[in-house]
Amino acid sequence: VMQGLKLPLTVKCEVDLLLVAVTVLSFLTRLSGIQFPKAVVFDEVYYGQFLSLYMKRVFFIDESGPPFGHMILALGGYLGGFDGNFVWNRIGAEYTSNVPVWTLRVIPALAGSLCVPLGYLLMVELGFTHLTALGASVLLLLENSLIVQSRFMLLESVLIFFLLLAVVSYLRFYNAPNNSLCRWLWLILSGASCAFAVGLKYMGLFTYLLLLGLAAVHTWHVIGDKTLSNVSFYCYVVARFLALVVLPVVMYLGFFYVHLTLLYHSGPHDQMMSSAFQASLEGGLARITQGQPLEVAFGSQVTLRSVSSKPLPCWLHSHKANYPIRYENGRGSSHQQQVTCYPFKDVNNWWIIKDPSKQSLVVSSPPRPVRHGDIIQLLHGMTSRFLNTHDVAAPMSPHSQEVSGYIDFNVSMPAQNLWRVDITNRESDRDVWKTILSEVRLIHVNTSAVLKLSGASLPDWGFRQLEVVGDKIYKGYQQSGVWNVEEHRYGRSHEQKERELELNSPTHDDINRNLTFMAKFIELQWKMLTVRNEEAEHKYSSLPLEWISMDTNIAYWLHPSSNAQIHLMGNIVTWTFANLALFVYVLLFLAYLLRRRRKINDIPEASWEQLVLAGVVCSGGWAVNYLPFFLMEKTLFLYHYLPALTFQILQIPVVVEHLYIYVLRSASQQKAFGGVVLAALCSVYLCYHTFSPLTYGQPELTSEQLAALRWRESWDILFRKR
Amino acid sequence: MEDRDRFSEDTQRRSCSKPPVRNRRACRETEKDRGKTKPGLPETRKTGLQCSDHMNQPLPFWLLLCVAVFSLSTRFYNITEPPHVCWDETHFGKMGSYYINRTFFFDVHPPLGKMLIGLAGYLTGYDGTFPFVKPGDKYEDHNYWGMRGVNNNISYTLQPFSLSWWLWLILTGVNLSGSLGVKFVGLFVIILVGISTAWDLWKLLGDLNLSLVDFAKHLFARIFGLIILPLFLYTTIFAVHFAVLNRSGPGDGFFSSAFQSRLIGNNLHNATMPEYLAYGSTITVKNLRIAGGYLHSHWHLYPEGVGAHQQQVTAYLHKDYNNQWLVKKPDNHAETPELVRHGDIIRLEHRETTRNLHSHLHEAPLTKKHLQVTGYGINGTGDLNDLWQVEVCGGKKGDPVKVLRSKVRFLHRSTGCVLFSSGKTLPKWGWEQVEVTCSPYLKETPNSQWNIEDHINPNLPNISLHVLKPSFLEILLESHIVMIRGNSGLKPKDNEVNSKPWHWPINYQGLRFSGVNETEYRVYLLGNPVIWWLNLFSLGLFVVMVSVCSLALQRGAKLEGERKAHCRVILEGGGMLFLAWLLHYLPFYTMGRILYYHHYFPAVLFSSMLTGITLDTFLQNVDLLCRPPYSKYILRGGQTVLLVGILYSFYLFHPLSYGMRGPLAHDPSSSMAGLRWLDSWEF
Repeated sequence: VMQGLKLPLTVKCEVDLLLVAVTVLSFLTRLSGIQFPKAVVFDEVYYGQFLSLYMKRVFFIDESGPPFGHMILALGGYLGGFDGNFVWNRIGAEYTSNVPVWTLRVIPALAGSLCVPLGYLLMVELGFTHLTALGASVLLLLENSLIVQSRFMLLESVLIFFLLLAVVSYLRFYNAPNNSLCRWLWLILSGASCAFAVGLKYMGLFTYLLLLGLAAVHTWHVIGDKTLSNVSFYCYVVARFLALVVLPVVMYLGFFYVHLTLLYHSGPHDQMMSSAFQASLEGGLARITQGQPLEVAFGSQVTLRSVSSKPLPCWLHSHKANYPIRYENGRGSSHQQQVTCYPFKDVNNWWIIKDPSKQSLVVSSPPRPVRHGDIIQLLHGMTSRFLNTHDVAAPMSPHSQEVSGYIDFNVSMPAQNLWRVDITNRESDRDVWKTILSEVRLIHVNTSAVLKLSGASLPDWGFRQLEVVGDKIYKGYQQSGVWNVEEHRYGRSHEQKERELELNSPTHDDINRNLTFMAKFIELQWKMLTVRNEEAEHKYSSLPLEWISMDTNIAYWLHPSSNAQIHLMGNIVTWTFANLALFVYVLLFLAYLLRRRRKINDIPEASWEQLVLAGVVCSGGWAVNYLPFFLMEKTLFLYHYLPALTFQILQIPVVVEHLYIYVLRSASQQKAFGGVVLAALCSVYLCYHTFSPLTYGQPELTSEQLAALRWRESWDILFRKR
Repeated sequence: MEDRDRFSEDTQRRSCSKPPVRNRRACRETEKDRGKTKPGLPETRKTGLQCSDHMNQPLPFWLLLCVAVFSLSTRFYNITEPPHVCWDETHFGKMGSYYINRTFFFDVHPPLGKMLIGLAGYLTGYDGTFPFVKPGDKYEDHNYWGMRGVNNNISYTLQPFSLSWWLWLILTGVNLSGSLGVKFVGLFVIILVGISTAWDLWKLLGDLNLSLVDFAKHLFARIFGLIILPLFLYTTIFAVHFAVLNRSGPGDGFFSSAFQSRLIGNNLHNATMPEYLAYGSTITVKNLRIAGGYLHSHWHLYPEGVGAHQQQVTAYLHKDYNNQWLVKKPDNHAETPELVRHGDIIRLEHRETTRNLHSHLHEAPLTKKHLQVTGYGINGTGDLNDLWQVEVCGGKKGDPVKVLRSKVRFLHRSTGCVLFSSGKTLPKWGWEQVEVTCSPYLKETPNSQWNIEDHINPNLPNISLHVLKPSFLEILLESHIVMIRGNSGLKPKDNEVNSKPWHWPINYQGLRFSGVNETEYRVYLLGNPVIWWLNLFSLGLFVVMVSVCSLALQRGAKLEGERKAHCRVILEGGGMLFLAWLLHYLPFYTMGRILYYHHYFPAVLFSSMLTGITLDTFLQNVDLLCRPPYSKYILRGGQTVLLVGILYSFYLFHPLSYGMRGPLAHDPSSSMAGLRWLDSWEF
C-alpha cells in the first residue's frame, strides 16, 4: 500500500506482446463481418425459437441443456433490442430488419476469440515456454471449425471458453504462492467458470468432474503435508470444498432461479408440467384456476387430470357411448358406458363428488371437505352415470379391470361404484383433498383396484381416446395411477338441467397459488432430464468414431442463389497432428511410467510431473469430452466434438516441446526438428487459407474449385445445379 | 487376494510367526468358500464370524467340510418339488432339448450353460421329446463359476512357477472362460481379474530384485493362463456348439445366408437352385445387416396416421411363406426365362397378397427422414411407384445378379431412394417386426444391401452351390453380434415385471417363480431381507471406515500391530470386494434390456463377503469407540446377535425358497404371516 502512494505516480505495467498479438489476431478472425450471412445459419434455427420465447418472457422447456446458455443468447438479444418477432422455421431464411444479427452473434464470437489467449495462458500455467504457448495459440487461431462455431449464435464456443477459463484459473490457483488473496480469487473464478460451463451444456459436467478429480488429488497431498497443523489443513480443505463444490451448486440453482423469474408467461410447453406449476405461470392455467375453492368437498364439481403426462396429458372423461358388446378379437365387454381419458378440455370431463350415504349433489354449508381415506362416489356430470369398475377385462389391457359408467342392464352385474380417496402426498392421515396440490389415488372398495391410465389408446369405437383401467396388481407409486383436481367449483344446482348449464360455464374467483422455488426447480430439472424427443435422424448427424478423422462435415448455410456456402469443417492438418500428438504422448507416458517403475529416471522429477499434469489436462480433457458420447443415444453432430478437440490440439505443443528438449539430444537434431515444426505450422496456415472460403462463406467459389476442396469422398459439399 | 499378499509379506518378514499366519489363511479359505454357497444363507456368515473367533486355534478343516455339506443340503433339499416347470426352466429346458436333438437355435447368451443342462438331461436319460425338461441342476450355478475364478486368482503367492501355482493359474483361466461361456455377465469378473492381475504385475515390476527376464516369465505366464487359454476354451465351447448343433431349427432366420448353409435340413444346405436371378422367379430377399431380416409383407395395413393407409412391409427374422416375392418386368410380360441384370427396372410382387413393393413421399413410421414402403395394387397391377432399379454392388451395367452371392440394392425409380432396413422394431401394430424404409441417403451400408436367398424358377436348371462355406471365425463373429443385438433387444413386454437396479440392494421386490394364489405350490425368489439390509448397512459402514482409515494414514497416524493389519484388510481386501461389487452392479444401470432380480446375485456375493470383513473389523476395533470391558462385550454380543439373527431369519423365510402352500401372507394363519415387511413383496 505504501509503495502505491509513492510520488511521482507511476504505473508499472508488463504486457506480454505475444499474448496481445494473438488476441488481436483472434478478434480479427472471429469478429470480422459476423453479420454475414444475414440469414438463419444451421442451429440458430433451434436456439432462435427459444431466444424469441425468452424475449417474450414465455416459459419453455428445452431438454438439450440447462438454461444459462439461453440466457447468454438472450443477453445478446436484449442488448440489441430484439423484440422476439421472427419465425424460426427454416435454415437459410433471411433475417428481417428487427433482428439485431450483430449483437446476437457477438457474444459467442467474443467468447470464441478469447479461447485463443486462454490456450496461450494454459500452456504458460502448465510450465511450458512462451514459444510453445505461442504455437498452441496459433493452432487454435487457425482452426477453421472453431472459427465457424464462434461466428454464429451457437453455444459451443462459449462452452469451450468457460472450460478453458476453469482450467486456467485452477492452475493459477495451484501455482500461486501460498496465502495470497489473489490465489483464492482464482479458485473462486475456477469454481464459477465450472458452474457456467455446466449451466451451458450438461457436457460441461465431465470437465468439471475432471477438475474436481485433479483438485481432489492435490487436496490429498495437502492433507498429507505434515508441516501443516490440523486446523490449517482443515481450513484449506473446507475452502476448496466451498469454492469448487458449494459455489457451483449454488450458482447452478441461481441460473434456474433467474430463468424461472424471467419466464413467467405461460407458453407452448405448459402441458408438460404439473397443474401446480402451470398455476404459477401468468396467463396459463392460472387464468382458469383463479378463484377455485381450495378444499374439495362432497358435492364439488371437478375435472380430474392424470398426473402422468405419458403418453399425453389428459382428463378423466366419459360420454354417451357404450363399450361394444364384443371386441374385434371376440372378447366380451359389459356394454356399459365408456370411461376414457381425454387430452382436451371438454364439458364431459366434469365429475361430481358424492357422499355414498347421502342423496345430495350440492355442497352443504358449511362445506364438508373430503379427507384422505374417505369413501366417495364419482358421478359423471353430463350423463349422471357413476364411475364403476368390475371383474371384466379392460378393452386394450385384458389383465386389468374395465372401468365404466354404470348402467343397470339387469344382468346380475351389480354396481360397484365406491372409491376410497388415497392422497399420496399427504402430510397427515387426516389431510383434506386440495385442488391442484393433492395427488390422489382412487382405490376401488370392492376389488382394491386402482384407477389408472393404461397408456393404450382405444380404437375407433372409443374415438381413439386413452384407455382407463382398474389395476389390481398396482404397487408402489406409479404416476399413471395418480390424479389431481384441476378445475373445481362447489356445485349449487339441484336439477340436472341447471347443472349442465353450470358445468358449461367457466369457473372464476381468485386465489394465487405459489410453488416454492425448490419445488419448481426439481420439477423442471426432472422434466428436462426425462423428456425425450423422439430420436430423429438428421441428414448431417454423425457417429463419434467419424469425428476423430473428420470423416464428416456439416453444411451450415448455402447462399440462396450462388455457390457461396459455409461448412463446419476442421483444419484437417491440425486434426491429424492432434491425433498424432495424443498417440505419441500415450507412448511416451507409458514408456516413462514403466521405466520409472524399474527406477530408471530418464527425465528430471519436475519434468515428469509437468508432463503428467499436462497429460491430465489435455488428454484427460479430450477423453472426458469425447468418450461419454459413445454411451449417448441422442442425435450427435460433429460440433459436439469441438470441446474435446480444443484440448486435443493443446496436446500438440506439449509433445513438441518435450520431444525438443528431452528426446532430441544433439543440436543438429533439434535444429532439424525446429524446421519440421515450422513447416508444419506453415502447412496448417495453408490449410486454413485453402478452406477459409467455406469458413467465412465468401468469396464465392466455382464448382471446380469446390470439387477440388472435396479432399474426402465423405465430405458433403453442395453444388448448385446450373 | 489381499490377505494372501499380506501373508506372504508377513511370512517373509517374520517367519517365526508362521502358525498364526497359516491359521489366518485357512480362515480366509472358509470365507472365500462363500463363493460356492448361495448368498444370503446363514452358514456363510457363521464361518465368517468363527473365523475371527478361532484366530489362535489350529485350522478347523471340518468347518470347511461342514459348510460344503450344508450348502449341498440346502440346495438339493426338495429339488423335485414342485413337479411342474418354474420360470426360466421353460426357457433353459427347451434349449437343453435342442442340444439333445442337435437342432440349431438362437439365444442371447453364450452356449456353455445350456450345454451343461443338455448334458445333464442326456446323462439322466432324458430323450428330448418333451417340450421342456426338469434336469437336476439349477441354472443359477453359473454365476458362481466366476467367483471361483477370483478365488483362484488369490493363489498367486504360492511359490511362483511351482506345479500348484500353474494349476491354480490355469484353473483361473478355465473358470474365466467358463463364466463367460455361460452368460455375458461373466465379463465383469474377467474385468475384475484383469484389474487385479494388472495390479499384481505392477507390484512385480516395481520389485527390483526381480530381473526383467523373470518379470517377462510372469507376464507371459499370465497372458497364457488368463488370456490365451480362456480365449481358446471359449472358442472351443463355440466350436462344440456349432458342431453339435448342425441341424436346422427355429434360430436360422437370425443368421446370414452363408451361416445357414452349414445347417443340415436348411434349404441352403447343399442347395441347388438357379444360379442367376431371372424374371418370373419366386425369391426371398434377406437384408445384409447382421441379424437383418427377410423382406416381408402381410395382410395387415399401416394404422391410420402412420403414412398412407396401405399394406405393411417389414423385415422379419423368421422363415415364413410371407417372405416370398415374385420378380416381374414392369410391363408384366413373362416370356421365355430372361435374366435380371444390373440396371434393370423390375417390380416385386408379394406372392401371398399379390401386392407390389411400393414407396412414395410419405414419411416412414419410425425413421422420419426416410420414406414409407408399402404393398400396393391388386393382382400385380399397381402404379409407377412400384418400379425398382436393381443394382449389384460393385457391378456394372448388364451384369447378371448372382443368387446368394451378389449384394443387391433396390433403388426406387421415381423418388431415387434406396430400400433400407433400419433395424428398429415396430410397435404392436407391426407385430414387433423390423421397420423397412426407403432411404434418400445413398451411402452403401449393409442396411441398404440385400441378397437373394431362396430362388425358385421351374424354367431354369438348378445348379449346386458350394460357395458359401464361412470360416469358423466369421461364424463366431456373426453369432456374437447376433447375441449382443438380441441381448439389447430384450425389452420388457406389456404387463411384464421390469426390475430396476435400484430395487436390488434394498430387496425391494422378488421374483415369482411359480404359483400365485392360495391353492398353488408357491416358490418366491427373494433374498433374506436381514442379510440384504445388513449388506446395505455394511456398504455404508465400509465407506465410512475406509475414509477414516485412509485419512488417518495420510495424516501420518501411527498404527500398531492388530490395528495396522485391520487397516490393510479394510483397504485392500475390502477395496477389492467393493470394486467387485461395483463392477457387477453399476453396469446394469446403463443396460436398456429387461432386467431381473437375479441379475444382482453375483454382486450380492461380493457384497456379502464385504459385509463379513467390514463387520468383523468393526467389531474388533470397537474399542476405539468405548472402553475395554464394554468393547469386549460388544464384540462377543455383536457376533452372537449376528449369527443367531441370521440363522433365525433363514428359518423364518425358508418357506419362500423351498416352496409352500396355503394362505397368502396377509392371512394371519399363513406360515408367512407378519413377514411381509414391504408391500412390494408378493407372497
